[in-house]
Amino acid sequence: MTDKAEASNPDLVTIEVDGVEMQAPKGSMIIEATDRQNVHVPRFCYHRKLSIAANCRMCLVDVEKAPKPLPACATPVADGMKISTRSERAVKAQKGVMEFLLINHPLDCPICDQGGECELQDLALGYGRGVSRFSERKRVVKDENLGPLSATEMTRCIHCTRCVRFLDEVAGQRELGGMGRGEHTEISTYVGLGVHSEMSGNVIDLCPVGALTSRPYRFTARAWEMLSHPGVAPHDCAGSNVQVHHVNGKIKRVVPRDNEDINECWISDRDRFAYQGIYSEDRLQRPRVKREGRWQECSWEEALEEAGRRMMQVVEAHGGSQLGALVSPAATLEEQYLAGKLMRALDSRNIDARLRTGDFSDQQTRPLYPALGVGISELESLDAVLLVGSNPRAEQPIINHRLRKAALRGASISFLNPRRHEFNYPVAEQLVADPQGMVRELAAVAGLLLERAGRTAPEGFQGLLGDGQPGQQATELAHRLADSGSGALLLGPYVEAHPQGAVLRALAGLVAELADVRFGTLSEGPNMAGAWLAGAVPHRQSGGQAEPAPGLDARGMLAEPLRGYLLLGVEPELDCWDGASAQAAMEQADVVVAVTPFVTAAMESYADVLLPAGSFGETSGTYVNAEGRWQSFPGVTRPQGEARPAWKVLRVLGNVLQLQGFEYQSSEDVLAEVRDAAGEPAADSTLPTWTAPVDVSVADKGLIRVGSVPLYATDGLVRRATALQATRQATEVKVLVSPAVAEQHDLAELDWVEVTQNEQTARMPVGLDESLPDHVVWVPVGVEGTAGLGAQFGTVTLKRV
Amino acid sequence: MSAASDFVRTFFLTELLRGLKLTGRNLFKRKVTIQYPEEKAPQSPRFRGRHALRRYPNGEERCIACKLCEAVCPALAITIESEQREDGTRRTTRYDIDLFKCIYCGFCEESCPVDSIVETRVFEYHMEERGENIVNKQQLLAFGDDYEKQLAADRAMDAPYR
Repeated sequence: MTDKAEASNPDLVTIEVDGVEMQAPKGSMIIEATDRQNVHVPRFCYHRKLSIAANCRMCLVDVEKAPKPLPACATPVADGMKISTRSERAVKAQKGVMEFLLINHPLDCPICDQGGECELQDLALGYGRGVSRFSERKRVVKDENLGPLSATEMTRCIHCTRCVRFLDEVAGQRELGGMGRGEHTEISTYVGLGVHSEMSGNVIDLCPVGALTSRPYRFTARAWEMLSHPGVAPHDCAGSNVQVHHVNGKIKRVVPRDNEDINECWISDRDRFAYQGIYSEDRLQRPRVKREGRWQECSWEEALEEAGRRMMQVVEAHGGSQLGALVSPAATLEEQYLAGKLMRALDSRNIDARLRTGDFSDQQTRPLYPALGVGISELESLDAVLLVGSNPRAEQPIINHRLRKAALRGASISFLNPRRHEFNYPVAEQLVADPQGMVRELAAVAGLLLERAGRTAPEGFQGLLGDGQPGQQATELAHRLADSGSGALLLGPYVEAHPQGAVLRALAGLVAELADVRFGTLSEGPNMAGAWLAGAVPHRQSGGQAEPAPGLDARGMLAEPLRGYLLLGVEPELDCWDGASAQAAMEQADVVVAVTPFVTAAMESYADVLLPAGSFGETSGTYVNAEGRWQSFPGVTRPQGEARPAWKVLRVLGNVLQLQGFEYQSSEDVLAEVRDAAGEPAADSTLPTWTAPVDVSVADKGLIRVGSVPLYATDGLVRRATALQATRQATEVKVLVSPAVAEQHDLAELDWVEVTQNEQTARMPVGLDESLPDHVVWVPVGVEGTAGLGAQFGTVTLKRV
Repeated sequence: MSAASDFVRTFFLTELLRGLKLTGRNLFKRKVTIQYPEEKAPQSPRFRGRHALRRYPNGEERCIACKLCEAVCPALAITIESEQREDGTRRTTRYDIDLFKCIYCGFCEESCPVDSIVETRVFEYHMEERGENIVNKQQLLAFGDDYEKQLAADRAMDAPYR
């Protein structure tokens, strides 16, 4: 509100608050002016990011010449206004309101999770009476089940409606509402549907009392005993800022840290609740070595020497080129850098963090790192955005929130996807096309823009167009983008995973150039940009200089299996583009050294040395988000068991292998070295250059598999967060088919279906999606159910089980 | 004081006699010394001895894991861990008091909203092994069960003044 009032009306008026003169923008509310001057006015329902409800009445202040006290949150300032926040009349009004609020509020602070950080408790100290005059019975309200993330205690509710307004205005899903009137008001879901928004956890922070609390955190700690340290959320490329609360070396909860440039004051549920995964039973507690097919726990020294010895064996027998490293895009910059340095010292260039990339043919011409090309906070002021192969709502909820703000402002947000996704804002166009069709549609848009600009098509362009005329939607889209004052074209993970990603990127570059809009990539993982800068890609050295002799990329390393692999925080069967061939490659390798926080059954079968690494909150490090923002964070707690931060493991592994330059004392030393190599990389806004496409045919027979990573399957930590896995988004992951395909295969909603791809099969329940083209099957990736299947795109057959 | 009166005082041993008078008075006064451990001094119902955790008459433990005692303890002698019990209530999974750290100030008892942690009248106890100074939840509850009658009576007696 403040920003809006300020932007639309720069006029200032002079008001007097408690005898002090201050300036405030015309049209802003009294409470905004007092907040800016650090004059405290008590409040419950007012929140700077939400609309004004003025229903708690706690912020009543005394305004000169007004017949009654006025609510500071809903009274606009006027020139010469004399306000007193602490006059007898104001305080009497506030105390009166507090007495009414406390009438029905239970006295259960000792068992309330909000106790100690409760706004009502705090204000009751200043404005409440020592003894209640209310001797009648208190109201009791039945609890509501809001799902596995938020716990409710509705008797404590004071009806500030912050949660209602949040879900309506910010999350865009009106899932809570006020029922009844007066004393009978109850905040509840509409007919018991629950709350399913991907941002729903924020209502826990918003609730000024203990009516909405966190279910995983429930009753496990107290606000005053916890220590709080800054962190960066490790699940998407936005890099939301969080504050990690921990006690006795155990992380108890994660809450947002205000950063107006990234996450404002919100975080997604994934960022908030994924910490549960740290304490999963899959955590690798001690180093392990496989001897004669049996796992033995051993000391760090022994394990590292064994790992070094076995890696050296591969290098000595077959050369460094037979050694490959798969690095998680969720590893910190320091870890990625050390992994790259280690591999290069062993004379191998085979290192890659782009685990889900389908097409590497244009890697040399790609920019310094996959950048968003526009600030996250700028997204909301764009007029037109086209997202290709992207579902930001599941992939980067915080970025989706910015796009939502833009859409509500009137921007046209359009999508080109293999499937229609549900969004929580009006979408201008949703083009749906199969993988081949995506190329065609984007080419159609480019063609229209070429025509408009009166330019000739570049070489090889005509072949992409297909025979049909550009559709209505593509035409609209092209004009929208070209006519926008400020627009952006963003490429999502489907484009990255697309087998013709290079063509799509080239076309997108062409469209961005012709329409004069910004170009960006929504990369996977929290640190994909970091991986490019740290040299955890085969074609770039640290700092982004081109590698003279590029090594094998992630797909190449698995397609032509190597003798030895180093895994850094990766579960290849789930995290790679082709899970089946990844597992096969691991199985056949002589040596697999896994530096990992979690151990899986598959890992136990193929790995030779397991080195336990620190997980979220246990490692100091740096993430580079999609904007190119370097965000460092400290290690907050000791790693579980005997695990150590992965950068330390790699550093000592370097020593064990007797490599030069592994003498770091802290992760800051490593960071400094990367900084030296990378300098202060400016945002690289180079557009993909046009290269004539080589082969544009995708096997066009049978059913084509497409799919993306579901909201709660992005990484090992999320996959093990029990509360998140119990949400609807995680339990209702299905194979989707169009009704026609379902009929053909005699499938009904929720039947189990057997998906076969290259003789590998997986079983999952099936769902119907009318938006899917008739020869496309949506198969989610990164989940247990489809782990055995092959490449993310390919032909599949279906069979009812 | 003149030299003459000093001389008279010294000569007649008046100070010695005054001292003997005090001795004599106490010789025949009622004795206050008690023969501990056969005899014991009377205790106030507010006596602050060894700790106990109380239960409700139906057998349910009183403690609700609010952690106020842990927060108020000036000696940091109390360690509590809590979770949601099967039935949805807030309960401790660990309640340890380090009797070596404890200074028996009684703040824990005073802060307890449910009269769960109390200090009994028991002040005679010892430890024989290292580590026995840390008493856990089971021990505290068992101790509370043993002394419940007296604890309840003491609380009732003190109630009008609270």
